[in-house]
Amino acid sequence: MDLYLVEAIINGILLGGVLALLALGLNLIFGVIDVVWIAYADIVMCGMYVIYFLYVEYGVPLPLACLIAIASMAALGVVVHLLIIAPVLNSAPINQLLATGGLLFFLQSFATLLFGTDFRNIGVRLPILEIATLYISFARLIAFGVGLIGAVVLYLFLKRTYIGTAIRAIAQDREIVGLMGVDQRRIYLVTSAIGGALAGLAACLLALQYDVHPHIGNTFGPVIFMICVLGGLGNMIGGFIASFIISQIIAIGGYYSNTELSYVLAFIFFIVLMFVRPRGIFAR
Amino acid sequence: MSISRMVMLVGLAMFIAVPAFVPPYFLHLLIQILLWAFIYTAWALMGRFGFVSFGHGAFMGVGAYYEITPGIGIPLGIALSMLLAVVIGYPCFRLKVVEHYFALVTLALSQVVLLSLVAARDVTGGSLGFTQRAVGHSWYALQFPEKSYFYGISIVLWLIGLYVWQRIDHSISREALEAISEDEDAAAAIGIDVLREKLRVTLISAALTALGGAIFAQYMMYLNPETVSGIAVSLQIVFAVIAGGAYSMLGPTVGSLLTLSLTEGLRVWFGTNFIGAANTIYGILLILCIIFMPQGIVGALRGLKLRPSRTKAAAPAE
Repeated sequence: MDLYLVEAIINGILLGGVLALLALGLNLIFGVIDVVWIAYADIVMCGMYVIYFLYVEYGVPLPLACLIAIASMAALGVVVHLLIIAPVLNSAPINQLLATGGLLFFLQSFATLLFGTDFRNIGVRLPILEIATLYISFARLIAFGVGLIGAVVLYLFLKRTYIGTAIRAIAQDREIVGLMGVDQRRIYLVTSAIGGALAGLAACLLALQYDVHPHIGNTFGPVIFMICVLGGLGNMIGGFIASFIISQIIAIGGYYSNTELSYVLAFIFFIVLMFVRPRGIFAR
Repeated sequence: MSISRMVMLVGLAMFIAVPAFVPPYFLHLLIQILLWAFIYTAWALMGRFGFVSFGHGAFMGVGAYYEITPGIGIPLGIALSMLLAVVIGYPCFRLKVVEHYFALVTLALSQVVLLSLVAARDVTGGSLGFTQRAVGHSWYALQFPEKSYFYGISIVLWLIGLYVWQRIDHSISREALEAISEDEDAAAAIGIDVLREKLRVTLISAALTALGGAIFAQYMMYLNPETVSGIAVSLQIVFAVIAGGAYSMLGPTVGSLLTLSLTEGLRVWFGTNFIGAANTIYGILLILCIIFMPQGIVGALRGLKLRPSRTKAAAPAE
């Protein structure tokens, strides 16, 4: 088999790790709060700016900058929930979509206002591994590894802790859970914080590979949505698998043509699958 | 009716006479407001029935990029746009992809068109955009150095948009579409051809949007995939209509007037040092609009009837 194709496939798998992490965050929020955060990728953008400014402008060590980014994005998640999501919780789904769409507008233009449209890079150059004549970017490998670890930790958190159990319970039946003595509003806040933290974590991983600019959310946002819808909105395992399917389409498509067309292919795949299986690949 | 019609005619006459009195900058603004108002009206033809499409960026992009030689290009762009509408609309309506799932499918369509335009960079110039060759005053190439011609064209387009709105508003289709937006299954049960009604209004909406995109491109003389297609444009369309109101005939026009004068006003106010300022305020206003006027918006999209949210009602049944 062609060596470059193998490389493309491996890169696809590695990309899938980060996408899976983002899809997990979005799916968690959707499954629990039942609102689609269309601006989710733009929260990642904010996280990337936090890392950039802390590390490059203020000389904060990178690991600490990453931790601060994760914490501040968790806080941002809570703020977004309190200010924007909570007031529209009982509105029609389409209005919720539009409210978070307004947030997308706001975050992108506010970032443009503050930082301009320059592409900024944190300038960390990680080595490129050479394994049996295959070249693999170390940054992507880290992203993949951390993405997987993040997913496992989230899984354990949801399975093993009290609050995790409450979160799963709410996703199953939000009417009854209140009667069991679970404070819904607190769970929503915790979920938003976790969702924000996952976006912050993804920001750390993406900052190693990509330049930050106000519209970087547009590169990932639509793809993450596709993944979540394909896996079935709210279905975390489905989203996890779907992120690897989509990342393979993008990687292999990019190998045979160019990046834009590979994304086109992924979107067309999404549209067709929406017709064949409207509630996701793994819907019962 | 006759008095209001006279007032309308007088108003229209004054409107048409505007180029004689205002400086070119305001004329430029007015043309843009009218062209966007036309596109927003086209979107609202669907949006008022709760079919929220994020795919109109796609229709506009196709229309805009296909009119390199307008005589052939505009009809071709419109035809292609309608074909796209059928390819997406038919399965969507057939398989009952509705509400936010419909929004997401059309969102994907927007991205497909945007990325295809960028990918075909040999022809379209990719992200760098595409500047048309100026040929001076020509009806065939639809290029006019004087703005007043485009002003006339945009008024005609805008009136066409309002006329189509009126026609649909006064037709039996409107009743059918309202019934469909209330409850598709019930509408089908009383003998409404759900698929046909939805597809027809989608086709009209897509065709008008493509026409608007084509004229817009012709006026600007410069095309960039980001400014005529993709998510950003689709969202812009949806938001402007919602700000203005999707339910009344002049709502989309008001939305266009509101958003463009806001953008321009803030641009003049802040100067070019603060590129994002206008859209930042715009974004905040949109969120506030949706939070504090949920009835207004639901009413606008669903026909002014207060109904309990569908998710709430459906939750116990699952």
